[in-house]
Amino acid sequence: MKLTPTKLTLLLACTMSLLTAGCSKQADNDNAKAPKVTIDPNPYPSTYTPIEGQPTLITNVTILDGVGNRIENGSIYFADGKIQALAESGQTLEVPDETAVIDGTDKWVTPGIIDNHSHLGVYPSPSTRSHSDGNEMTNPVTAQVWAEHSVWPQDPGFGRALAGGVTSIQILPGSANLFGGRSVVLKNVPNRTMQDMKFPDAPYGMKMACGENPKRVYGQKGGPMTRMGNVAGYRQAWSDAQDYMRKWDKYETDYEAGKDAKAPKRDLKLETLAGVLNGDIRVHMHCYRADEMTVMMDVMQEFDYQIGTFHHAVESYKIADKLKENNVCSAMWADWWGFKMEAYDGIRENIPAVHAAGACAIVHSDSDLGIQRLNQEAAKAWSDGKRAGLDIPMKDAWTWLSANPAKSLGIFDKTGSLEKGKQADVVLWNGNPFSTYAKAEHVYIDGGLAYSLSDSTSWPVSDFELGQVGEGDTK
Amino acid sequence: MKKLIVLLAALTMTSYAHAENIAIVGGEVHTMTSQGVIENGTVLLSDGLIDSVLANGDVPDGYRVIDASGKVITPGFIGALTSLGLVEVSSSSGVVDASIEITPISKTGAALDVQYAINPDSSLIAITRLEGITSAATTLNRSDYLFGGQGAVINLEGHRIDGNSANASEFKSGQTPVLKSGAFMTVDAGSDGAELSGGSRASLWVMLDKVFEEAKQASDNLSPEKSWYGINSRLDVAALKRVVAGDMPLFMRADRAADIRQVIAFKDRHSSINVVLVHGVEAWRVAKELAGANIPVIIDPEYNLPGGFDQMGATLTNAARLHEAGVEIAIGMDTHNIRLAAQHAGNAVANGLPHETGLASLTSVPAKILGLEKEVGSLRQGARADVVIWSGDPLEVTEAAESIFIGGKAIKMESRQTKLRDRYMSLQQKKHTNPSQYERVE
Repeated sequence: MKLTPTKLTLLLACTMSLLTAGCSKQADNDNAKAPKVTIDPNPYPSTYTPIEGQPTLITNVTILDGVGNRIENGSIYFADGKIQALAESGQTLEVPDETAVIDGTDKWVTPGIIDNHSHLGVYPSPSTRSHSDGNEMTNPVTAQVWAEHSVWPQDPGFGRALAGGVTSIQILPGSANLFGGRSVVLKNVPNRTMQDMKFPDAPYGMKMACGENPKRVYGQKGGPMTRMGNVAGYRQAWSDAQDYMRKWDKYETDYEAGKDAKAPKRDLKLETLAGVLNGDIRVHMHCYRADEMTVMMDVMQEFDYQIGTFHHAVESYKIADKLKENNVCSAMWADWWGFKMEAYDGIRENIPAVHAAGACAIVHSDSDLGIQRLNQEAAKAWSDGKRAGLDIPMKDAWTWLSANPAKSLGIFDKTGSLEKGKQADVVLWNGNPFSTYAKAEHVYIDGGLAYSLSDSTSWPVSDFELGQVGEGDTK
Repeated sequence: MKKLIVLLAALTMTSYAHAENIAIVGGEVHTMTSQGVIENGTVLLSDGLIDSVLANGDVPDGYRVIDASGKVITPGFIGALTSLGLVEVSSSSGVVDASIEITPISKTGAALDVQYAINPDSSLIAITRLEGITSAATTLNRSDYLFGGQGAVINLEGHRIDGNSANASEFKSGQTPVLKSGAFMTVDAGSDGAELSGGSRASLWVMLDKVFEEAKQASDNLSPEKSWYGINSRLDVAALKRVVAGDMPLFMRADRAADIRQVIAFKDRHSSINVVLVHGVEAWRVAKELAGANIPVIIDPEYNLPGGFDQMGATLTNAARLHEAGVEIAIGMDTHNIRLAAQHAGNAVANGLPHETGLASLTSVPAKILGLEKEVGSLRQGARADVVIWSGDPLEVTEAAESIFIGGKAIKMESRQTKLRDRYMSLQQKKHTNPSQYERVE
């Protein structure tokens, strides 16, 4: 008997598996069609395990629940990694004996801060060229790269952000490319590997960029070199993705119809773009100018996808009505401006103006220093709005820091507010977090105490810092 | 000659003539002098200068009274190290006077002088002063030379926001935004300086010693007729002579503790030079030595990451530790957002710096470093009437400057940013009845 390599392999496999019934059946059905080709949407699964927590009750504390409620002298109880109950002043919560009880007098509790724009790990400290892993500046369309494959979990910036009350972070590729690649959402518990920090079941995001950066990077490298070139680049890529989707649709239709269908060759770039058009992957688009954001919302209608969030969005205040209509969030700085032409029209009231128009406003950092005090960024925007006549209560302003970024990332069903059943991502502040002088006293992630201001053994020390000057110091 | 001097003095007076007499009463006054904090203080401004600061003082006739009850009064803040007036938009937007490549005029960079490059119409001036910063040290932020040239101190009165340009006599009197030219010289004494010196500190410090020795030894009059083979150009020598004489402080940037020790040793070798340490991420590790050598430090107190191997000891407690050892600290290094210096100082206070020291880091200390302590940075008799009335604690992110006086004149609380805000808030409220470019807000 002459054996083809395939049959030989099969025979050997069957011999080694002690000739199961399945093997003999398969060997008999030699001519059956190949198994359907499917693609694993989660090949780098999370191995995150929360820090073990203790049931915790914080009493007599000012609570901003992150979805528009403020409780004075309230209580919050969390256990088993989840928020169990909130109580108004005067109400008593029944808790088990082993519960840690904290007197929160003069203190505040908020949901953990979520930064939906960070490059920690991909542009880490130290910022050496060897570590510069955030921008695949080899082609204007690199939707095939995934930021998680660049994340260096030993970036000391994670621990610093934790001290600022940041419990979840989206790590994005940079903005050099029209399509920069996939983002990853992390739980901010610094650990050995990216997977150990990966937020379980968070959807993927994809970075896109408008304006100056792509045209500056590619202007002398084959283009795009203009904004019209940028838009042509997005449109062609979406068209290619549509074509790719049709090929896969045809394959699946033919396969289901019993035809001997051949699966299209996987194209990792178009696969990510198709994921966006399918609604599985969220678009995070770096875009400063109002006119450009408006063009992008037309591109979005043309190709029938959703832009989740414009990032930086320095001119969102000019088109807050359109952003609301199109259900697009704006992730913004409080006051950065002027470092390039597209940032020239920045105003201090951008965030409150977007909020006041009923659109989704988010405070983001894009900075390893800014991420450490996003509460102050919100405080500045809140007070600037107030002075301009946009009187937004603090309890609503906190949506900029937790609920809205959680919505932007597709994790609001899991975290982003202090509601019963949600992950216990909680910050206890030693004062009003809208003050320069307030600090995160305790940061809980999934109910585990990830940081305590008064306990230096709870401060993360990255491998990079071990044995170096400053190891374990107050940071 | 005497006549000319009299005439010039008269013209200088007229430039302040329309500064009214103002009495700010009832506020919590932080004088930043030995007078300390005065509750219910009365600050009198006349002829563009501070007249007096008194507790519960009487207001003479002829003063416009401003009630500042419940408010906080400080001297105008000073941007300790900026490029204000030298840059409008940093990237891809034409000439930026804050950066320079090699030119024939200089060999070491000492001769470069930003006083000629200041644009008082820059939008950054109004945007910055609205937040209580009334003067600033400004200089190059990037140079391919060893030295970053000579910086200037400018006031942020800027151009007349009402559209009236300075009148002819003011122009002749030399009224410019420059309060002091040749106010300081910068040099990088860390990794960047090493890069500019062949890639190693092994040449950087030899070079620095050599250029200063040369400047000391060179004749006071290097005329073009005589040959000159120095490392410095003739103009570099002239500038460095002022540094050697102690007239122009030398701002030396270094982060690594070992580099800072070299800065201290340099100061020891060149004791006439007025050395100021800049950035100083690991300065806290050498705090006692800095205090002993009388070297003040300009820092960014929020910098707490090991951005490189020179910054392993970075910590938010840098400011507090330096202060505790007796080092004088100035805070504020930025340009477009130098207005956030108060937040930076606030964060230093949140990490252990005494509050009044935090205010001093924005006022009296930078004034002293820049040799302008009699003119700016404190509310003392005879100082420029650069005064800010704050809604509350200036270091608190939710408080703001409400009224600002520069040279005794009330600044209109308006900038390009407030105009953009007003236009679009108005449009959003009206739901776009007008094409946006026809929208005017009075």
